[in-house]
Amino acid sequence: MKFGIVVFPGSNCDRDVAMVTEGILNQPTRFIWHQDTDIDDIDTVVIPGGFSYGDYLRCGAIARFSPIMNSIIKHAEAGKLVLGICNGFQVLTEARLLPGALIRNRDLHFICDQIPVKVEHNNSLWTKGYQSAEVLQLPIAHGEGNYYAEEDTLKELEDNNQVLFRYSNRKGETTPQTNPNGSCRNIAGITNKKGNVLGMMPHPERASDARLGFVHGKALFAALC
Amino acid sequence: MKKFSVRVYVTLRASVLDTAGTAVESGLHQLGYEGVEGVRIGKYIELNLTAESEEKAQQDLHEMCDKLLSNPVIENYSFELTPGEA
Repeated sequence: MKFGIVVFPGSNCDRDVAMVTEGILNQPTRFIWHQDTDIDDIDTVVIPGGFSYGDYLRCGAIARFSPIMNSIIKHAEAGKLVLGICNGFQVLTEARLLPGALIRNRDLHFICDQIPVKVEHNNSLWTKGYQSAEVLQLPIAHGEGNYYAEEDTLKELEDNNQVLFRYSNRKGETTPQTNPNGSCRNIAGITNKKGNVLGMMPHPERASDARLGFVHGKALFAALC
Repeated sequence: MKKFSVRVYVTLRASVLDTAGTAVESGLHQLGYEGVEGVRIGKYIELNLTAESEEKAQQDLHEMCDKLLSNPVIENYSFELTPGEA
């Protein structure tokens, strides 16, 4: 499995992802500059966290028009894998590869924390390394992670099992109290209808090395290899 | 070609909670302006546009707003244009 990690001006989790895919999992990995367009050699494209283009206008709005994005849209349409983490999730919604939008956190604060995240089901290539309803401990770090979509979109996401991760407590209960940012239905991560594009606000790449204290993110990457 | 001065207004759709607007509203209440309600914060964008006609300018602006200046999932937009540069 060859990973390609997109680097925008302002990306800051790109090397963290490479530390996992190349450093820990020994998978071929290369960085893709946002002005490149040739990604035919890549199996899984990762759009990492950060503040692409300073998040000007809206998070991900300018990145969405980078030269690389047309290639990523074609990559996704061909059924190949695309993972957007944090700012990458925002870019994927702006690019309409995923439905909905990420808006300002309910309480307006930038949140940097380690929180419980429930795996909704493991009938997905992204979550097959987990148990259904398993509760992970993952880092979040965002000011605009409040997932918003219209009711009919939310219903469609749930009917098609596109919700993979929800904010919960350690028992896996998803309530308004366990929702850090006000996301609709505690949504922390969704796929497109086909399931080959995943966007998530939590950072699995920051929880993949035992030396950092958390390893619950590693199984997501390992499941792809 | 004609030049236009354009003002674009981008606002959150009514169904989207405006957390910043809510915070500002409570700030205004604390200042004693109890009569304030419905604070919504949006974006105001100015630009100059050269186009062959007003109709083409309008068409281009709709495209710009749909593609980049607003996100139709969460925002509405409107614009005004007047002939000449600002």
